[in-house]
Amino acid sequence: MALLDQLWFQNTLVLIGYALVASLLSSATKGERWQAASSRLKRDYVGIAAFVVIVLFVFIGSMEMIRLPSNEGRRTLLDLVTTGIPQEKEYAAPMATHAFSVANPRPLNGRHLLGTDTLGRDTLVQTLRATRTALIIGGLTSIIYIPIGVLLGIMAGYYKRWVDDLIQYLYSTIASVPEILMLVAILMVLGKGLGTMSIALGITGWVGLARLIRGETLRQTEKPYITAAKAMGQSDWKIITRHLLPNVMHLVVIKFVLGFSGLVLTEAVLSYLGVGAPIGTASWGGMIDASRSELSRDPVVWWNLTSAATALFLLVLSLNIFGDSLRRAFDPRQT
Amino acid sequence: MIEIKNLSIDFGRGADRVQAVRAMNLSIAKGETVAIVGESGSGKSVTGLSLTRLLPEPPAVYSTGEILVDGNDVLKMGTTDLRKLRGGKIAYVFQEPSTSLNPVFTIHTQISEAIRLHRTDVSSIDAEVESCLDMVGIVNPRGRMHDYPHQLSGGMQQRVMIAMALACRPQLLVADEPTTALDVTIQAQILEQLRMLKAQTGMAMMLITHNFGIIGGIADRVAVMFRGSVVEEGRTEDVLRNPQHAYTQALISCIPQLGQRRRRLTAIDHALL
Amino acid sequence: MFAYIIRRVLFSVPIVFGVMLLTFFLFFVIQSPDAMARRVLGPKATPQTVNTWLHNRGYDKPIIVPRAAKQSFADYLLISRSWKDSLFIHQMTRLATFDLGSSDVTGRPLIDIFKSGALPSLLITLPAFLLGLMVSIGFALYFVFIRNSALDLLGTFLCIALMSVPLMVYIIFGQWFAALVLKYFPAFGFHMQGMSTLKFLLLPVALIVVSGLGADVRLFRALFLEEMGQDYIRTARAKGVSSARVLLQHVLKNGLINLITMMVASLPFLIMGSLVIENFFGIPGLGNVLFSAIQAPDFAVVQASVFLGSILYLFGLILTDLCYAWADPRIRLH
Ligand SMILES: Nc1ncnc2c1ncn2[C@@H]1O[C@H](COP(=O)(O)OP(=O)(O)O)[C@@H](O)[C@H]1O
Ligand SMILES: [Mg+2]
Repeated sequence: MALLDQLWFQNTLVLIGYALVASLLSSATKGERWQAASSRLKRDYVGIAAFVVIVLFVFIGSMEMIRLPSNEGRRTLLDLVTTGIPQEKEYAAPMATHAFSVANPRPLNGRHLLGTDTLGRDTLVQTLRATRTALIIGGLTSIIYIPIGVLLGIMAGYYKRWVDDLIQYLYSTIASVPEILMLVAILMVLGKGLGTMSIALGITGWVGLARLIRGETLRQTEKPYITAAKAMGQSDWKIITRHLLPNVMHLVVIKFVLGFSGLVLTEAVLSYLGVGAPIGTASWGGMIDASRSELSRDPVVWWNLTSAATALFLLVLSLNIFGDSLRRAFDPRQT
Repeated sequence: MIEIKNLSIDFGRGADRVQAVRAMNLSIAKGETVAIVGESGSGKSVTGLSLTRLLPEPPAVYSTGEILVDGNDVLKMGTTDLRKLRGGKIAYVFQEPSTSLNPVFTIHTQISEAIRLHRTDVSSIDAEVESCLDMVGIVNPRGRMHDYPHQLSGGMQQRVMIAMALACRPQLLVADEPTTALDVTIQAQILEQLRMLKAQTGMAMMLITHNFGIIGGIADRVAVMFRGSVVEEGRTEDVLRNPQHAYTQALISCIPQLGQRRRRLTAIDHALL
Repeated sequence: MFAYIIRRVLFSVPIVFGVMLLTFFLFFVIQSPDAMARRVLGPKATPQTVNTWLHNRGYDKPIIVPRAAKQSFADYLLISRSWKDSLFIHQMTRLATFDLGSSDVTGRPLIDIFKSGALPSLLITLPAFLLGLMVSIGFALYFVFIRNSALDLLGTFLCIALMSVPLMVYIIFGQWFAALVLKYFPAFGFHMQGMSTLKFLLLPVALIVVSGLGADVRLFRALFLEEMGQDYIRTARAKGVSSARVLLQHVLKNGLINLITMMVASLPFLIMGSLVIENFFGIPGLGNVLFSAIQAPDFAVVQASVFLGSILYLFGLILTDLCYAWADPRIRLH
């Protein structure tokens, strides 16, 4: 748990996760279903546009993940790229030349495209920095819940009988507690942090995936090719890895993308509730939370809310659109 | 009364396009029974549904031709005229009675819906529903008419479908594989029922089936469909006795016959056609 | 039917037990009662006050087996008398008898807190639920009616966009718009005084409806569209039934029955209110109770909420079955 809260560990895990996803996709896409889906996806221009936006966010987030050897505290690739942007002492409106203060509008050290926050940090940089938090939450949680969900789902659907009963009991119990309550309870005990948040989201998250995979596995095991494989004396392990896994993989990918958008949104809500990202970690949820006091000022400080909400919206929207494109590509009957 | 001229129907557009019906010609006279026979996927159902433009558009596209019903082109009709045509002049019986009836309405509700739509002359709906059910051989129609479909057997459900179709005295009944989903003994009963009803009402019928075995004695003419077009057409006896097209011969040889030594079923070799 | 309900309730018992086990593990094993006390009482608490706090709540009991007694094999088999006096048994019997305990912070009995919070929560969530359902069904039917048109496509896109906005942003925008631009609704506050309560409810209810609209419309649209592809819809169209009537009669009734399975389960949970909404608007409901408990922190409140939430959910599942049997002629409970 302590390890999961280490920045370098989070970064490494998620970067490894990217590599895993990439290699998995390149091997999985050889199948017939994947070929058909990818040819459909290539004609879906909205989906491609959404994918490009996602890649852009991943790129920005990774810049904040890659740390440079440096003595002066935390320096990431993003810090290096944005070194030229000056630090202020208080709020500054977008493109303003003077500080955002009626009483004492001091001249600023420079101009800021999207203004600055209460500590004088550039809003654009903070917004970009917060991309890392979203990616870590989505990435770490996925690394936790996907293997659990796939494994238990396939086992329940393949072995049936008491294995199925046990796994169903397990997820019925977790699902019987409303998700937000469960998350809050776990996070209150484990404490704030991106690592603990991912664990909490992982504990609640595998249930939906396991259900989905169990259903599909049950369907697949009825099919003759599984019966044939069993009749030929293939081992359970082989049947699961050679036959079942490839046939449920597309569901996992769709769930991964759509689930990611849900995770990013939940991160914002949890951070707002005060059990999310720790203080000092740039997060869109945190920025939105902070904006409550900013909006009650006169004149209103609107740019922090706007930037965070826009970035969050763009990423979640792109994930939703791309996930939807994936689903349509794999199951063209659905409209 | 029906004339299909040079009809082509596609599904989808561009790269995904599938031609389900190609340059098809067919006519059905008043009171005549025409059987459409062909293997599954040959475009029989699509043809039947196109008569009242029931195919979902999109993906269906009527790319060429016309469908004349009493001289009027169905493909040029407005929605009001189409609705009068559907159920009023041309009625349908489908393959799966268990899914073709709405599970959450009683059969009374479903039959009376058809009557209300097309027959302004009926004063007592209940009596009319009862007589429709009676006509198709349902015992105790008054007691059964408030049943839900799931309370009836498959054969009874199909009788209800027929009653619903005939409730509005159509001039043409399109029966799309009306017996395929039923047990063999029930199949014979339903076919017999259809034959009787046809004799009673004098309506025309389009009997769609993949099975040459059931059309003898019921169809006046038969049209054989293969890959979306009619490859052979003629009087039923002639075609059964002396099939011209290789595909028809293959289909006919699939009919199991009593008293004949069991042979291997002939697989249809598409490469030879 | 009565037998069915009894059976369903009995089947829920293992799940409730599982939840009790889970919360016990979470609150008293992963985190020691000692650590809990320190977090509730703050860093300035003396060992003395911590001990009194633990003792008053019975948290000073051994968790499962007293350390000193962990010597004989019989103790491991959990049959010694001291085992009955453990925190585990204490907590389990407490919850099993629906004794929710009292707040860690104020000491007020939780049952009182929950009772007083239920009404304000329901005043918001119930109208929002019903209104949301109606609006979503309306839009979904309309989109199915014009399916595959450009407007339908735009609608789908708008739904995805609505789904992609976090609730807080809706609220902030709503408060700013309604209170500051329209200058009509109060942006904050809640007073239950007859008709004027309505004024306070309007904006929160509207916001819950709008924030849920995207996901619901899409879900319902897919549901209705699936009905649209059924054989009996073709039968209805073949009878000459108009598209509008097909939709409002045949599709709607079948769709609503499917909808029940998804919606009724969440009905009892409405009583728990909405965390974020209630906090933003200062509504003294259960959502706000939980919000304050998170900030405090007040573990007793959270533990009891988890327990209650799971009971409500299981109650919702039984309710779902009953509604389903009532609505669908094919289903009989026995
Ligand atoms: N709704 C549809 N969407 C796409 N293709 C369809 C649809 N309905 C039918 N088809 C295509 O039309 C062809 C003919 O189908 P059909 O008329 O149902 O065959 P059958 O002779 O078995 O009744 C099939 O090959 C099928 O691929
Ligand atoms: Mg067919």
